[in-house]
Amino acid sequence: MDKPQKDWLKGVLSAYDTVVIGSGLAGMTSANLLAKMGHKVLLAEHHYNMGGMATWFKRKGGHIMDISLHGFPYGMIKTLRKYWTQDISKRVIQLKNIRFDNPQFSVNTSFDKIDFTHILRERFGILKEVVDEFFVTARGMNFYDDLIMTTRELFEKYFPGRTDVWRFLMEPITYANGSTLDDPALTYGIVFSNFMDKGVFTYQGGTDHLIKEMKQELLRNGVDIRTHCMVEKIYIEDKMVQGVRINGQDILCKSVLSNSNLLTTIEDLAGEEHFNSEFLEEVKKVRLNNSSCQVYMGIKKGETIPHVGDLLFSSVADEYCTEQILNKDVTSRTFSFYYPEIRPGTNRYSIVSSTNARYQDWAKLSESQYKKDKHDLEQSTLDALEKYVPGIRKKVDHIEASTPKTFKRYTLHPSGTSFGTKFEGLKVSRDLPKQINGLFHAGSVGIIMSGWLGAANYGVIVANETDKFLRQLSPGLLVTASV
Amino acid sequence: MTIEDVRQIILNILADIAPDEDISSIDDNTKLRDQIDLDSMDFLDIVMELRKRFNIEVPEKDYEHLATMAGCVSYLTPLLKDRSMAS
Repeated sequence: MDKPQKDWLKGVLSAYDTVVIGSGLAGMTSANLLAKMGHKVLLAEHHYNMGGMATWFKRKGGHIMDISLHGFPYGMIKTLRKYWTQDISKRVIQLKNIRFDNPQFSVNTSFDKIDFTHILRERFGILKEVVDEFFVTARGMNFYDDLIMTTRELFEKYFPGRTDVWRFLMEPITYANGSTLDDPALTYGIVFSNFMDKGVFTYQGGTDHLIKEMKQELLRNGVDIRTHCMVEKIYIEDKMVQGVRINGQDILCKSVLSNSNLLTTIEDLAGEEHFNSEFLEEVKKVRLNNSSCQVYMGIKKGETIPHVGDLLFSSVADEYCTEQILNKDVTSRTFSFYYPEIRPGTNRYSIVSSTNARYQDWAKLSESQYKKDKHDLEQSTLDALEKYVPGIRKKVDHIEASTPKTFKRYTLHPSGTSFGTKFEGLKVSRDLPKQINGLFHAGSVGIIMSGWLGAANYGVIVANETDKFLRQLSPGLLVTASV
Repeated sequence: MTIEDVRQIILNILADIAPDEDISSIDDNTKLRDQIDLDSMDFLDIVMELRKRFNIEVPEKDYEHLATMAGCVSYLTPLLKDRSMAS
């Protein structure tokens, strides 16, 4: 490889209003909004693809694998329409067949309030009044609630001892945002209610189509997009953002909106020396969320699979158990089935199996053990799938696995976290601009700001604050309202 | 800008945010979110639009004034009275 190194920053301006670090859904959405508000925006992405965890990859044989496409709430339609384009929002379609299969029950559902109420009453024998009150409580939860109650306590209150009901209510949310029974109940209530509104949705055209459309919209709005561009440092002087270093080159900017991991932003990109000790105490308490393993299976060209569900929460564990779900010895898998309707005209199928996982379980392995364990994961996944798609081994002609190490390599997130940080990360993220003028963070934090909808909406919330900050830099421009 | 102008501006912003809603029959003294489907992100959009169009900053503590159409008009009219409709 003697190719001269390409200058990925060729033609870059010497200064911007905002540099957005990272092109996850939060980073892209905030970049788009800030550009529409008239600011000069540079969007820097270290990878060659945009999208962050909203990504895909292609393999020989015409396979396209989606990492996180299936399963966002209805609210995404509105978010895509308001902050992206009407055309993008029109491609959102419902996934109508959500399936559970485990030793406690086997259930199909459209995953909305009406059907859940029906199943909780008919299948689990819960009184209507209890179900209704549970929905009202979950829906009514907000930021100001008492944080002491955990999801476990919430379930214990309404469905005491009913671990089957707990599993029915919890498994999909664990898949969606990595939350557990021991997280604050309000994180559960907010996310669960978002789904229960109308069900579970996906994007017709696939992740590649979505990100391509978003890229075009960003360019139309004047965002300077730079892939292969690693932001190495945020320059700060006198508690003010001054600029960034990207691929060794200094670029001035008035503000930075980091879609990099929260802890990476504070500890590595900015540097602890710029924050006061009280704030750093809070930072130290922020727990990273867990990571994931996935197995991607491409179905041979011309082969088909029957419609066995869109999302299948399958488990051989006796009960839902947080520890067991993270265990390397996998007992629970969520299968996302991608049928030809996802990419109309292609007539191709793929299946992605996801499990939550711990980084340290995979990071410590020798190279040969790592390879072997990945291979074993692929094989045990095929074994588990055989029950739902008989003859699966004959239909699959491409299989590969990703681990927390893979997630770390592509997203650069510490410990490969695939759901950002736990709840305490939200306050730290929100308080960042109070520590350093012009430094903002948006990305998966606090569970509620996770997933496609949470990330995109958090990008909007933080773009609003960045816009406010930038306008206040020009004195006399703003009429401050007061009554 | 007159009271009617300000009311029209709010209606225009709402029409952009919630295109599927019937905003022609909005009652000025009933909470907006009880009449049309508005969530907290939609209210944030109103705040962003006011800043973008008129350089008006509504501090978070004043968001409650935006709950009804009458509240919006009485809160914003003093700030917009010297502006022309074209701005």
